[in-house]
Parts: sequence; structure tokens; C-alpha cells
Amino acid sequence: MSAASVMYNPTVARLTYRALLGRRRALILFALPLLLLVISAAVRTLSGADDSTASGILSGFALATMVPLIGVIAGTGAIGSEIDDGSLLYLLAKPVKRSTIIVTKLLVAIGVSVGFAAMPTFFAGLILDGNGQHLAVAFGVAAVLASLAYSAIFLFLGVVTRHAVVVGLVYALLWESLIGNLVPGARTLSVQQWALALAQKVADPGAVSSSVGLPTAVVLLICVTLAATWFAGRRLRSLTLAGEE
Amino acid sequence: MTTIAIDNVSRWFGNVVAVNDVTMIISPGVTGLLGPNGAGKSTLINMMGGFLAPSTGTVTLDGATIWRNEGAYRHIGIVPEREAMYDFLTGAEFVRANAELHGLSDPGAAAKKALATVEMEYAQDRRIDTYSKGMRQRVKMASALVHEPSVLLLDEPFNGMDPRQRLQLMGLLRQMGVDGRTVLFSSHILEEVEQLAHHIEVIVAGRHAASGDFRKIRRLMTDRPHRYLVRSSDDRTLASALIADGSTTGLEFDIHDKALRIQAVDFMRFTELLPRIAREHGIRLYEVSPSDESLESVFSYLIAA
Repeated sequence: MSAASVMYNPTVARLTYRALLGRRRALILFALPLLLLVISAAVRTLSGADDSTASGILSGFALATMVPLIGVIAGTGAIGSEIDDGSLLYLLAKPVKRSTIIVTKLLVAIGVSVGFAAMPTFFAGLILDGNGQHLAVAFGVAAVLASLAYSAIFLFLGVVTRHAVVVGLVYALLWESLIGNLVPGARTLSVQQWALALAQKVADPGAVSSSVGLPTAVVLLICVTLAATWFAGRRLRSLTLAGEE
Repeated sequence: MTTIAIDNVSRWFGNVVAVNDVTMIISPGVTGLLGPNGAGKSTLINMMGGFLAPSTGTVTLDGATIWRNEGAYRHIGIVPEREAMYDFLTGAEFVRANAELHGLSDPGAAAKKALATVEMEYAQDRRIDTYSKGMRQRVKMASALVHEPSVLLLDEPFNGMDPRQRLQLMGLLRQMGVDGRTVLFSSHILEEVEQLAHHIEVIVAGRHAASGDFRKIRRLMTDRPHRYLVRSSDDRTLASALIADGSTTGLEFDIHDKALRIQAVDFMRFTELLPRIAREHGIRLYEVSPSDESLESVFSYLIAA
């Protein structure tokens, strides 16, 4: 068996994305990016192409709100509901490594986040100012990396708590949007700022600013993603499904 | 030959003891795990299925620890009590997914065979969320059988099944036992266990109360003192005739309730004696009711025995 097939199980992936896209919650997955594209088109039509407006929408709505929200839905939805209703038992009672289940579910969550959050961010950038100052590419790349971290964090939350969605929303909305913008120190521990550091690097000089340096951002992003994934796998190994006792 | 060994196992949740120092061996054939609701049957099955670690003691499958041992699932099939499945799949898709997860070489054929075994082919292309409880139960069963495990664990499998489905499942489990597989199912209904299991393990309040074949368990359950409340047209005559027989060990004439409270030791003989005496003496029986027939009291007697 190759290393890839040890860490990725296509059946687990299929069940996960069907569960993710088959629920009512999936409507938000379609609604949010659609909203972003509609707003972008409206802004472009009404006020023409403007780089600072584009930057404002891409960072204020796309990266600060939409990407974390989609991350919450994809990350917690990839495993949380299966733990809640006990159907995860059918995955666990198989000769499949628990780490394989986590990594596969993480890949699905990342795929969904990239598809429903990062790609629309890129397209919104194109609509807003046709990649002026490389903003579309910059925010697209930033959204991809943020999706990675959010998926891992919220998947981990989905494994450790039954209130993953609430905790995830509080984190996404309060920490990232509010506290991150008010308390300077909190910005260092903000996925959004790490992503912005990358956007800053990709975009033309001065177009995007982040309060975190690029090396710090990259290191933290990688560490958080790996740590969340590792702990989720570890937690799943000792997960007890006897919740109704 | 596959054997599950439960060795000095206890499991507690916080300060509640769910399973208290249980030791038992589950061998090939059909074993019934009998006990009232909340006795710890599910906790035991969860430990045998590797979903719960024992607080102390060991649970092993042919010597190998089951907890945190994914490889054990090549030999174990599990039918959980909880209803939730991947409800957005059809029955066929669900069973096939289970076959794939087991890494079977031909998952399609295995799924087909398992669905045929539980007679669910007719509804296999319907989504699971349209199934009745009995149909769900059978699809769960198919998913557990798809890799032809040598051990099958079923938690209250007959709950919610109609009599025909019940018979069908009993036949299936019986056949698996005959084939040399180790089948363990839990139930709180003695008759269910008696019909199917060649061996019975009784669990009460987390403790291992009795073990043996159904005759032994039945005897333990029927030989205990039985208490009855009887109202008749002539309580005093009935009382004197009953106490003359060895099957009755105690009699109380309850003036307040206008009834007889009787304690009988020989269940079979007493149930034959009472109507015969009534007939011989021309006494009308208005009421004969067992006053401690709840399953819990039967089980608690077993513990004391």
C-alpha cells in the first residue's frame, strides 16, 4: 500500500462530502459565496473598478467573515454530526486507522472550504477590479491558506466538543472579526492576520497590510494546522461512543 | 474458533459503576446477554466492540486487546442499538460503503450477498431515511455481516421488530451459531433469549448474576419463592387447603384488603395446585396476581442466589 492510500480513504471521503453537501446547512455554503459575488458585481456596476474598495470587501467580508464561516460549516460538519448521532460508529468499527479517518475528513473539509470560500474570493476579486494590484490572486491565496487552518481547527473542535458549531461561530465572529480588530495583541493569534500576511506578500506593495510578519504567519499557520490535525486524530483514537449511558 | 474473554472488567462513569468486576467467556455459538434496562449490557457490548475502554480489567479477542485495535474489526461485526446511519444513502450504497471500508476485494458482491442474507434486496435502492425500524435493523445487520465476521455483537437487536422479522432474524443468528461463529446479543426479555441462545449470561445492576444454559437460568428464575395475591369467594377454605400442600410456604390473610397473600416455592406445582383446589372446593377465584413478577425482582433474586 502506498503512503497516500494509508492516509486517505476514498470511501470515508465520499461519505463525508455527501454528508456535508446533503444537509440543509449546505445552503449556507452556497448562499455566502453567492452573496459575495452579487455584492462584488453590484459594487463594480455602481462605482466602477476601485482597488481600495476591492481590498475592503475582500478583506472585510470575504476573508474576515465568509472564509471562517464556511470553515466552521465544513470543519465541524465533516465529523461533528456523525459523532453526535453515533453514525461515526460505522467508520470506527472498521480496520481503518483513526488517523486516516481524520486526515481524509480534513482533506474533504479543505476541499469544500477552498471550493466554496477561496475560489469565490478569487472570482470576487476579478469582478471587483480585474486583479488590479494582484488583489484577486493575493486574497485568493490567502483564502486558500486560511481555509486550510480553519478546516483543521474546526475539525478538531468537532471531535472534542458537542458544541463545536457554537464555539466555532464565537471564534470566527468574535475573535477574528471583533477582538482581532480591537485588541492588537490578539491579531498575532488570528488566522485572518496570517492569511493577510500572505496576501501582503503577493499583492503590490502597500495594497494589503497585516499586523503579523510573513515568517511568523507561515510558521503559526503550519503549526496550528498540524497540531489541530494531530490532536483530532489522537482524540478519535480514544473516542467513546457510549454517549447514551 | 473465536472467543471473547472479559476478565475482571469494571467500568465506571464518574462515580457511577456501570459494570462491576465481570468475568465471562463468550465462545462460538449464540450467547444471550440478559438483564433489565440499565443493567450495563450496552456498556459491556461497547467494551467488546472496542468503543469503550474498561476502567479496570481486560477485554480480549483470542488474546488480543480489543480497545484501540482497529485490526480486531476484521473479525468483529457490530449491530448497534442506536438508529443513526448514513440516512442519505440507499441501503445498497450504505452496505457497499461498509464493504469498501473493510477493504474487501469485491465490495459489490459482498454487499449484494449481505443484503440477500437479510432479505432487503427489494428495498435496497431506497434511501435509508424512508425505512421502517425493522428495515433499518436489517440493513444494520447486513452492514455488520458484509465481511463475514467470526464474531457478531448485537445490542437489543429485536427491539422494534415485528414478529415475522423477529423470527427471520432469529433463524439467521441461529444459523450463524451453527456455522461456528460467536454471536452475542443483548436483551431484557427472557423468552427472547431462551428461544435463541444456547448459553445465557445474566447481568443485573452491573454485576454478573448468573451464567448457564436456558434450563439452568429458567430454573433459577422459577424456583425462587413466588408471591401471589389471591381473592376468592372463600379465602379461609382456600388458605387451609393450600397450606396443607408443600408447595406453599407462607400464607397471610389480609383482612384489610380482603385477600390472601401467598408465598409459593414450587412454581410449577403451585400453578397447577391452585385451580385444582378451587375446583374441588367449589371456590371461585376472583383474582390471582403475581405481586413480584417484575423482571427487576426476578433478577435481584438471581443476584442474591
